[in-house]
Amino acid sequence: MLEQLIADCVRDLPPGQVITDHAQLRTYECDGLSSYRCIPGLVILAESSADVAYVVGKCAEYGVPFIARGSGTGLSGGALPRTDGVLIVTSRMNRIVSVDSGDERAVVEPGVINAHLTKAALPHGYYYAPDPSSQQVCSLGGNVAENSGGAHCLKYGFTAHHVTGLEVVMPDGSTERFGGLAPDPVGYDVVGALVGSEGTLGVVTEVTVRLVRTPEAVQTVLAGFRSIDDAGTAVSKIIAAGVLPAAVELMDALAIEAAEAAVHPGYPAGAGAVLVAELDGPPSEVDAQLADVERLCQEAGAFEIRVAADEVERALIWKGRKSAFAAVGRISPDYIVQDGVIPRTALSTVLRAIENVAAEAGVRVANVFHAGDGNLHPLVLFDESKGETERAEEVSNRIIDLCLQHGGSITGEHGVGHDKKLHMGKMFNEIDLDVMQLVRCAFDPAGICNPGKIFPTPRLCGERPGRAQGVHPLTEAGIADVF
Amino acid sequence: MSSDTATPMNVADLSATLKRAAADGRSLGVSGAGTKLEQGADPTSRDLMISTSNMTRVLEHAAGDLVVTAQAGVPLAALQEQVASAGQWLALDPPEAGATVGGVVAAAASGPRRLLYGTPRDLLIGVTVVLADGTVAKSGGKVVKNVAGYDLGKLFTGSFGTLGVIAECTFRLHPLPVARRVITSTVEEPAIAARKVLATGAVPSAIEWDGQTLVTVIESIESACGAQAADVVAAVGGDVSNQLPPGFGQRPASPVLLKVTHRLGALRDALTAVSSRLPGSAVRAHAASGVVWVGADDLTQLDSLRGRAAELDGGVVVVRAPAEMKAAVDVWGPARGIDVMRRIKDQFDPDRRMSPGRFVGGI
Repeated sequence: MLEQLIADCVRDLPPGQVITDHAQLRTYECDGLSSYRCIPGLVILAESSADVAYVVGKCAEYGVPFIARGSGTGLSGGALPRTDGVLIVTSRMNRIVSVDSGDERAVVEPGVINAHLTKAALPHGYYYAPDPSSQQVCSLGGNVAENSGGAHCLKYGFTAHHVTGLEVVMPDGSTERFGGLAPDPVGYDVVGALVGSEGTLGVVTEVTVRLVRTPEAVQTVLAGFRSIDDAGTAVSKIIAAGVLPAAVELMDALAIEAAEAAVHPGYPAGAGAVLVAELDGPPSEVDAQLADVERLCQEAGAFEIRVAADEVERALIWKGRKSAFAAVGRISPDYIVQDGVIPRTALSTVLRAIENVAAEAGVRVANVFHAGDGNLHPLVLFDESKGETERAEEVSNRIIDLCLQHGGSITGEHGVGHDKKLHMGKMFNEIDLDVMQLVRCAFDPAGICNPGKIFPTPRLCGERPGRAQGVHPLTEAGIADVF
Repeated sequence: MSSDTATPMNVADLSATLKRAAADGRSLGVSGAGTKLEQGADPTSRDLMISTSNMTRVLEHAAGDLVVTAQAGVPLAALQEQVASAGQWLALDPPEAGATVGGVVAAAASGPRRLLYGTPRDLLIGVTVVLADGTVAKSGGKVVKNVAGYDLGKLFTGSFGTLGVIAECTFRLHPLPVARRVITSTVEEPAIAARKVLATGAVPSAIEWDGQTLVTVIESIESACGAQAADVVAAVGGDVSNQLPPGFGQRPASPVLLKVTHRLGALRDALTAVSSRLPGSAVRAHAASGVVWVGADDLTQLDSLRGRAAELDGGVVVVRAPAEMKAAVDVWGPARGIDVMRRIKDQFDPDRRMSPGRFVGGI
């Protein structure tokens, strides 16, 4: 069936949009999680929602699976292709349709880069709040699929809080619009269901987002601590004091070492941990909160506190933090980025437990995380050439188990994708997962839209688990009563 | 509509109740305190009312994490009282006195402070629901950041009892502001004035318009409240107080209540659309949030107002009207993506026993 579909696409689409050459297909074999690779059967570079509708319509006609992909920066293998499927790349759909400060909304195509939207909104006195670390390259379509977060989500919320409308090519090839510019659209919150569905319910072809007024004042604080424990205490104190910073980030000694090697942010020498806190809002509020944060950090044992004096210093502080994942490549040939969430009060306990797990396994773990909302990003360092892969994966999995033991989540912002679907059963029972998949059945009864992601066991639409269907075979055979 | 009422105590009890009802093929309604039962179309059938009035336990308040989990029948006011002891609040302020948290979520109810904090969908981080056949399912969790699995909480928020019964909710809490300033300004053009307020750089928790005055509410720490209030007064004038005005956040009490929505930049157009069709009608607007509440005596102008609201990318929902008037109109108006909504309903409630006919498009 794929051959027929390829023939149709070659016939109906401009040659530059259809990739069939093996070497070229290979460049799309993975997303940001390169440990999973698979060469797609066909790649389509869509330039319009009509292109997407055409291809998805063909996929529906021939029963061929398809996967949408933006910039391919995802870290859970959510855009991992299939050899028997089509990869629909939306990067060329990169038009900012409108930016309207009166409506406080922007309308964009899915291939628009996250940071480009903020750049377009800034002259109007607005910006787009969700800021994943990959914001210089990641696309908004991908952000919608993953419900992407970022450092400033502590105060401003995630992608789901900022998307008000979507145009979607449904898995049957039809095009639907949900929500729009105005608040509270009537009916079910389909926009809310689509954001974070990891590309399994349709292909987003246009996104309407909220824009946020740029704050009048911003202060960025860098505090050096002797230990990660002390830094964790500072975070708990800040949250408990009722201060709601725009961001609170932590890095441990190993992560600091990596950042210094890569981008030289000049973090306090000898620090066992650094805390980066950003406060924004009206100057009067920011000044008061800044004083609170400085005091609370001191109480928790900070040995050095710096407040960024200008935009350059602020950017340098953030550069160290935002480049931390890549920087770890400087101190280790290979690493796994983990993405777990814990209640904020469990920070110190879980970090100590991670340290023990790492020590037991003889593996180094660097910690970088969104401390304000309990989102950990332990980086498990290893050397594949020395056969350490399995040990590192074991440590990474045990970290997720630790998060769950403390009432947390298996993913805070990277998504389940292909990578974590086997962890889903630890967080949800089979019935929970079946009920979630009712949503899937409403959108994609044929199961061709990014199949094999999120759920450990796909359900066949039409089955109704938990529901008595006719007479149980044992009862019918007179062997037993079921109830 | 009269019917029997079941008052389960907990999730297991609720599930058993729904299983029995399923076996008997009974149609169901769902109520908390019953403050919003009049909203939506009258259901076509209701053999049994599921009341959460016995599900009134706050299950867990993790104060250090600013998270609370409660049974659906907990009155919002009781929840607020409990978490206030830790200097926190659930940042929702719908006007219906006595409303339960489950009802607030099921009706996506909001109030003036949605400007700063959003609506229930933005604060609900986990949910346990029971489907029409008694199936119990949960989604989300107890941490503020979590993207594991589909977010059923979003779908159930504002579903008006048509997908299943919300049994337990987990919410993100906020620090309770310690100080407040209320700036009451007499202005000619509320749309322009609201923009001026925002342009000062102040971060109000609410900006309300009642037809005569613009009320700006600043809630923060003491020093910041004073400075922002001074900026607001400099921009649009007005008197400063620590107290909310009487009737703050209340909606017109007329026989008919309409909710008009519009894109944020079109407040002036929306108010003109209302005043030209319903002269003298009472109006309460969340002036920077795109929502106008309108009091009226009848629904003769509904179609015309809907036509204009659609041009502003919004709509008009009949929130309250006498039964015979309601029966003659579509209270919701057109819904974008209605076919997909029907398919969602078919999956969750294939026998159409959950509040049948109450929701958009006869769902």
